[in-house]
Amino acid sequence: MMEETQILTNHHSGSAGIFSVRADSPEKKNNILESSFARVHGRRKRVQRFLFMLFRMAALINGIGLFVVVFFVAWNGWKAVTWEFLTQAPTDSMTKGGILPCIVGTLCLGIGAIVVALPIGVASAIYLNEYARPGRVLRLIRLGISNLAGVPSVVFGLFGLAFFVIWLKMGESILAGVLTLAALTLPVIIGSTEESLKSVPNTYREASLAIGATRWQTIYRVVLPAALPGILTGAILGLSRAAGETAPIMFTAAVFFTPTLPTSPFSKIMALPYHIYVLATAGTNIEATRPLQYGTSLVLIAMVLGMNLVAIVWRARLRKRMK
Amino acid sequence: MTNARQRTDQSVRIFFFSVALASIAILFMIMVFLFMEGLPIFRKVTLSGFVFGKFWYPTSSPPDFGIFPLIVASIAVTLVSAMISIPLGVMTAVYLAELAHKRVAEIMKPIVELLAALPSVVIGFFGMVVVAPFLQNTFGIATGLNLFNAALMLSFMSVPTICSLSEDAIYSVPVALKEGSLALGATHWETLILVILPASISGISTAIILGMSRAIGETMVVLMVAGGAAMIPSSLMDPVRPMPASIAAEMAEASFRGDHYYALFATGIVLFLFTLLFNIIADHISHKYRQTGEASL
Repeated sequence: MMEETQILTNHHSGSAGIFSVRADSPEKKNNILESSFARVHGRRKRVQRFLFMLFRMAALINGIGLFVVVFFVAWNGWKAVTWEFLTQAPTDSMTKGGILPCIVGTLCLGIGAIVVALPIGVASAIYLNEYARPGRVLRLIRLGISNLAGVPSVVFGLFGLAFFVIWLKMGESILAGVLTLAALTLPVIIGSTEESLKSVPNTYREASLAIGATRWQTIYRVVLPAALPGILTGAILGLSRAAGETAPIMFTAAVFFTPTLPTSPFSKIMALPYHIYVLATAGTNIEATRPLQYGTSLVLIAMVLGMNLVAIVWRARLRKRMK
Repeated sequence: MTNARQRTDQSVRIFFFSVALASIAILFMIMVFLFMEGLPIFRKVTLSGFVFGKFWYPTSSPPDFGIFPLIVASIAVTLVSAMISIPLGVMTAVYLAELAHKRVAEIMKPIVELLAALPSVVIGFFGMVVVAPFLQNTFGIATGLNLFNAALMLSFMSVPTICSLSEDAIYSVPVALKEGSLALGATHWETLILVILPASISGISTAIILGMSRAIGETMVVLMVAGGAAMIPSSLMDPVRPMPASIAAEMAEASFRGDHYYALFATGIVLFLFTLLFNIIADHISHKYRQTGEASL
């Protein structure tokens, strides 16, 4: 019952393990098909072969899609990525030089967003998984989270502009960008934290309660330590999501060019995704800066997919251990 | 002693409850600020003039604030991308849930996850430098930055959503149904098409709606590859300017709290309402027609 109501939130909240975890073994389904019931002959068999080939091809296209994009960017970008490229600021009105300010900016924004979103997200997930009882309030909160996850990124940008930049008078700054991105990553964090809280066996909680601990003591001393690695995995995924977003920081934090590295939370900054966009569409010389565009894309992809791979591998290990 | 502990426990509970309300609070604030900055445009144009106005010339004088071409562009791009992403996403889901060997599925799922994690700006960049020249040369058209290219790139982004949610729905069909069908002599594919897919249709519909919601709100891809012409498209290869692209491209040049600025926020309201509608429909379907075993068929 609980699990069914949670599927939507977990999934829609993005990449925090977009496929759900299953307690039961997958063999459950497949062994039936390997039995004699599923044997077919003649025309029906040909239809089956054809159909299943289509399904297989669909899956293959996804793999090819990912491979083509990554390979293409890597192939064209690896020459541009040198040590100087990673450690210098852009020069000659952004037609030469490196992308250090963008890397620093993206890290500031991503890490800042997680620092803000993680405590709120974890606390929300604790309420949803440990305290809340099914009912109208819970349904409303879940609806709120899934709708927040569905808000277009450019609308987050508008919100950040109207609220943080103008209304709270932060101006275009790291702080405004961080808070906007935190709002955007919140559902991701909630989803992944809930998943890891759910994977803590109930016997842990029962044992703790049975020896006289209160609810809060149980959560703090037993549930959270057990769920911590999963929560951190979610944090990495949230970080990668925040680092890759462009639209929310366009109006709130990012600028074409700043000669210096950020010095305070109120500085404007450069960021990798925005840098790619600017160079590719509005740069001083779009064709001449192609190598820079490929190089910047490669650095961004490596950062984002790298973080995701770490999280995926780590999560797979955790799941195995939980079994 | 017990009372003190109970009181602490109670206050901790209340604390977590109030933090859990943060998501709703943010959602509410988003609405408040969108409306606050967007509604003033309706002093200049009527609601129907704004939504159904055919001309979007925000910087000419006198300016025209009709976002109908932008709305049509958004819907067209989303529908065309749905035609690509629905078959691809659902078929991949079927493959993962029903056909794939466990080992293969363990590799395929992370691939789909990584696909979901690709930054949209990189996908947009790929569309600009690879797909656009290809389309231009192959079909001999004026520009490769057009509706079709944007739709193609958008399906990149909605396939993972559709795939993961559909896979879940397909997997959760009770085994007894499948066994029953096989026992009656149906083949695996007959069971798939006639039993499993109908049984999981509510989950698949939810997946499709959420995938489309993702596509309509996606910004960088349409900003970079849709072409940017604010006209009602007459063919697949026409350049278009969907709502998110318009907002992202023009906000920098719009004067602060001028009419153009208000109009862009009002476009944001329309976009927000679209995705809100999609999400509420998806939520409704997933709750009302929730799979509760054989009884729901």
